[in-house]
Amino acid sequence: MSILVNKDTKVIVQGFTGKEGTFHSEQCIAYGTNIVGGVTPGKGGQTHLGRPVFNTVKEAIDATDATVSMIFVPPAFVADAVMEAAEAGIELAVIITEGAPVKDMMYAKMYATKKGMKTIGPNCPGIITAEECKIGIMPGFIFKKGPVGLISKSGTLTYEASNQVVKEGLGITTAVGIGGDPIIGLSYKQLLPMFEADPETKAIVMIGEIGGTLEIEAAKFIEENITKPVIAFIAGQTAPKGKRMGHAGAIISGGQGTAQEKMEALSKAGVYVVESPADIGKTVAKVLGR
Amino acid sequence: MNIHEYQAKEIFRSYGVPVPRGGVAFNASEAKSVAENLGGNLWVVKAQIHAGGRGKAGGVKLAKSLDEVEKIAQEMIGMTLVTHQTGPEGKKVEKVYIEEGADIKKEYYLGMVLDRASEMPVMMASTEGGMEIEEVAAKTPEKIIKVAIDPTIGFQGFHGRALAFGLGLSKEEIRPFIKFAQALYNVYMDKDANLIEINPLIKTGSGDFLALDAKMGFDDNALFRHPDISEMRDLSEEDPVEIEASKYGLSYVSLEGNVGCMVNGAGLAMATMDIIKHEGGEPANFLDVGGGANPDTVAKGFELILQNRNVKSIFVNIFGGIVRCDRIANGILQATKKVEVNVPVVVRLDGTNATEAAEILRNANIKNIITATDLADGAKKAVAAARGEL
Repeated sequence: MSILVNKDTKVIVQGFTGKEGTFHSEQCIAYGTNIVGGVTPGKGGQTHLGRPVFNTVKEAIDATDATVSMIFVPPAFVADAVMEAAEAGIELAVIITEGAPVKDMMYAKMYATKKGMKTIGPNCPGIITAEECKIGIMPGFIFKKGPVGLISKSGTLTYEASNQVVKEGLGITTAVGIGGDPIIGLSYKQLLPMFEADPETKAIVMIGEIGGTLEIEAAKFIEENITKPVIAFIAGQTAPKGKRMGHAGAIISGGQGTAQEKMEALSKAGVYVVESPADIGKTVAKVLGR
Repeated sequence: MNIHEYQAKEIFRSYGVPVPRGGVAFNASEAKSVAENLGGNLWVVKAQIHAGGRGKAGGVKLAKSLDEVEKIAQEMIGMTLVTHQTGPEGKKVEKVYIEEGADIKKEYYLGMVLDRASEMPVMMASTEGGMEIEEVAAKTPEKIIKVAIDPTIGFQGFHGRALAFGLGLSKEEIRPFIKFAQALYNVYMDKDANLIEINPLIKTGSGDFLALDAKMGFDDNALFRHPDISEMRDLSEEDPVEIEASKYGLSYVSLEGNVGCMVNGAGLAMATMDIIKHEGGEPANFLDVGGGANPDTVAKGFELILQNRNVKSIFVNIFGGIVRCDRIANGILQATKKVEVNVPVVVRLDGTNATEAAEILRNANIKNIITATDLADGAKKAVAAARGEL
């Protein structure tokens, strides 16, 4: 078992024939992901990496029954691509693109929500169900099958955490890189209950960062709803306060979004908070009694 | 990206957000002639730097004659202003803004920012204008009125009324205030701003609302569609090392410690700083070499780190994903030929092709390079090396 995606998930790629889209689609196919086609407007009818190319997402769904889209469209056009996917009936869009304007993502997410489409990202490594389905840019070989669910804001720190877990003789059910942009799709609060409901997942690792309040909200949610053990690390304990131009950001969050604040909130909620990023794997092993 | 007050006020004017009349000056005689053209008998001379808290630091002064304008401008241009937002090193003043004196009846605060929780822009107002608004938020949060604005319906009358009644405005004041707030919303959305602050927003003796100050910040990801805003970038307000780093796709922030760090990915870079501290050391910098690390960027990274004379050791912490570790190892070897690296370098390479990378470094047999097996081992060795214990 796993969450959101598995070996049977049918995936299309928006921005399929571009440089990034091509490179990473190849890697995903090699990992075993069931990529059934791609979308590049104007290249419909062609074949790329042995898969059909379509002009629109609608055509791609009609021909392949795809439910998930991996998006590599350039930042200026990414919101358009997300909204097209939502309109066409995609169930989950994994947005890898880095550098999307915040305003565009604000509208795109509102429309996705209205159409019932889930999103992951933007500016994220994607999602991987170990040894079944990789939708994103993470190095697949690090993720071995096991009992740990992983949710992370950071890319390379996700790899680090998974690597540590695997070195302890454990492994990963599904790992989700949620990204750290101001507007993101699925976050801790939506993903935690999915892992709670997944029988294979025995423990959940969450990796956060300074800024924003998502981890604080997650802490409250964990206290009330999650029975499985949660292990957390928050990056940026030593980050100096940035030189800010104004105060509006701090006022709206009702706090500074410091690592300290987040670690305290999580500890209070019964989460195993590790101070050193080198202790993530060890702590998971200890909590699971290995 | 942030801009100066005088630039923000230009944008405000073009959207019908009322501001006092004024002009920018780069030297004292220019300042005098700007004041002369404005007319009147009271002017405000304001230092133009990208930081708040200027008033308390002596960066905002009243002048009652043209000669006084000239004298204040003379003193202000070239001085280094230290406010609670500039850091202890302060910021050098290179230009001043001369504004007509205003008839202030009451001061308010008005700001706009993206609320990550509701995922909508939110407008905030307070009667505590001119104060340290962060303090107001901490001590008396009820004095700040917040209204989230769904961009699919845009700024409506009810948004404006919620703010106006919250501020206790009189019946006659509500209409001009709402007009002001509506125009401000338009600026924020049209220009892809991520921050607007007006502190203070003033009510004049004749009942008009005026933006006496203006701060604006923009979403860097959206600058490609705002060439007019991009042109307003003032490089003298930014750290030259950070500008140099960004040319090579590197993200660098200098810190106080003595352990230099070179890492791929922002999250892992922050975590690396954390573990150095955890092991009893102090990081000298944050450096994210990004996903596309290659021999050139690694060499540039060493160069940037070594510009800091405090650095006693360097911790290279790379988790190879798409980036292969053997390429990074070769990059390190090439970099040590290009740049003289005279401090111990602790290298931890994990992930794709890590074994090959270790082999490359071992065979190269460079005396300064110390290999580490994992994150904790690397941090311990880097801290020990900085103390001269390795």
